[in-house]
Amino acid sequence: MVNRYVKKTAFYSVVVLIVVIAVFPFYYAILTSFKSGTGLFQVNYFPVEFDFSNYKSVLGGRGFIRSVINSVFVAGTTVLIALFLAVTASYALARVRFRGRGLLLMTILAVSMFPQIAVLAGLFELVRFMGIYNTPWALIMSYVIFTLPFTVWVLTTFMRDLPIEIEEAAIVDGATPWIIISKVFMPLLWPALVTTGLLAFIGAWNEFLFALTFTVSETQRTVPVAIALLSGASEQEIPWGNIMAASVIVTVPLVVLVLIFQRKIVAGLTAGGVKG
Amino acid sequence: MAHIQLKNVHKSYGAAHVIKGVDLDIQSGEFMVFVGPSGCGKSTLLRLISGLEDITSGDLMFDSERVNNVLPSERGIAMVFQSYALYPHMNVYDNMAFGMKLAKSSKEEMDKRVRSAAEMLQIDHLLDRLPKQLSGGQRQRVAIGRAIVRDPRVFLFDEPLSNLDAALRVQTRLEIARLHHDMETVTMIYVTHDQVEAMTLADRICVLRDGIVEQVGTPAELYEAPNSLFVAGFIGSPKMNFLEGKFAEAYGCHTLGIRSEHIDLDSENPVWQGEVVHTEDLGSDHFLFVEIGSSEPVIIRRSGKTTIKYGTHVGLRPQEQNLHRFGTDGRPVA
Repeated sequence: MVNRYVKKTAFYSVVVLIVVIAVFPFYYAILTSFKSGTGLFQVNYFPVEFDFSNYKSVLGGRGFIRSVINSVFVAGTTVLIALFLAVTASYALARVRFRGRGLLLMTILAVSMFPQIAVLAGLFELVRFMGIYNTPWALIMSYVIFTLPFTVWVLTTFMRDLPIEIEEAAIVDGATPWIIISKVFMPLLWPALVTTGLLAFIGAWNEFLFALTFTVSETQRTVPVAIALLSGASEQEIPWGNIMAASVIVTVPLVVLVLIFQRKIVAGLTAGGVKG
Repeated sequence: MAHIQLKNVHKSYGAAHVIKGVDLDIQSGEFMVFVGPSGCGKSTLLRLISGLEDITSGDLMFDSERVNNVLPSERGIAMVFQSYALYPHMNVYDNMAFGMKLAKSSKEEMDKRVRSAAEMLQIDHLLDRLPKQLSGGQRQRVAIGRAIVRDPRVFLFDEPLSNLDAALRVQTRLEIARLHHDMETVTMIYVTHDQVEAMTLADRICVLRDGIVEQVGTPAELYEAPNSLFVAGFIGSPKMNFLEGKFAEAYGCHTLGIRSEHIDLDSENPVWQGEVVHTEDLGSDHFLFVEIGSSEPVIIRRSGKTTIKYGTHVGLRPQEQNLHRFGTDGRPVA
């Protein structure tokens, strides 16, 4: 009996420890965002004041709303383009027999192994060459490049598991490959699409290096860059309060998205298998 | 509606030669069953006819028109798969209507055909359900319904009963037989490894072995006059008794075949003698397994219940007119 309680206590204390370590930075950001003035520099672990002035100043400040809109556009478009390319590519990789298919899959994976900084210079040249420097399209292109390998791999795996007979039944029914993908496979791939789409969105939303390099003007900035470049009243002041408030604001959409789609993911996975 | 001809059809996957030259003539409105052990190429042959696989060489003709390069959807075929292959995210109605929707048929026509097919198969009360809410038998009926709605020239069945339990299998078999009577003009091709299904459903049976046609004929022809040892052993349950060595030599052949119902008990003037080593009572008739010194016990089928006990010594006499004599090449000896 005693042994069981000891085990249970140990288990939950480990759980609590992990949760605290994982959540603390974000919790502290929320806490700080509600502080003002010198209160910022006092260390508190529990809320002492609720001051919305940081939020007011961030939302009222020049360009922040614009940056959020930029981010939504960039991340949203990245997800749409990446999913479209990935679904069609994974259909080919999973279902069409052609020479060099395995090699191609490995190459796609290899692309994602390079660190961002390694391709930055080359990508910059490409962006300049295409004439999309300092536009959202520079970011969309580079994010799609880095998102596709993962998306293609996950979707290829899912696509392979779909029964071949369903596809053949559709062929007999007169479906073209595009109809098979859009009308038959897409609905069955929902859970995978939501998961990969969500991860692609989060990746694009939070990305900093490319966003900093490929944009110059304030109106083209995405949120991570905008936050990093928030400036205070003087050069010596780092506006911690505003930074924290802005961070909290841009995290909320992600949390909401995950909460909405989490239900879908679970519902999709428990829908009773693919077999008709 | 379609007269199907296969002329020297071959299929290879790389180095693997799966179909090795098949010539076959399937009459319009005929129910043809492909039967054979697993790996004999029967499913491949069906898929060649459906167009899901390309023919390596040879000609496939539908009503004397070469269809080797015609898309499956344009051949006028419908196919029923072993695993049903319903679209899981569509309800029964949409599953059945999908082909017509793609063909851009009119709404009224589509609705009429789906509903009449559903009524025919008694699934009209299930039209709003999803496949996962149906039992195995209902799913297979939906799959058959989907095929009917396409109003095909040729109906293809790929082991449609294999996933059903025994009772349902008999019932669905009956429905398929009825379907064949209702749709007299439609040619049906049915693949199975179960010779009982083949015997009960077929107008003609095509026995395949290693990618080659062994024999084509009506069930009665195959049963009464198998033209090889393989067909003789494959068709009929229980399996035909095969006797070799001195038993066969007495009749001037290498292998002597005799069906279980063609052996009589004869204690006065027996040809073979032996001991009953096992009995099986099926109610309407029973089987005696008699050890006469051949490699396997001889099986004898008699009607009614067993009166002979295990261990009894019996005399046997085969019916001379029902003997099958095979030579060393497995072919019948004249």
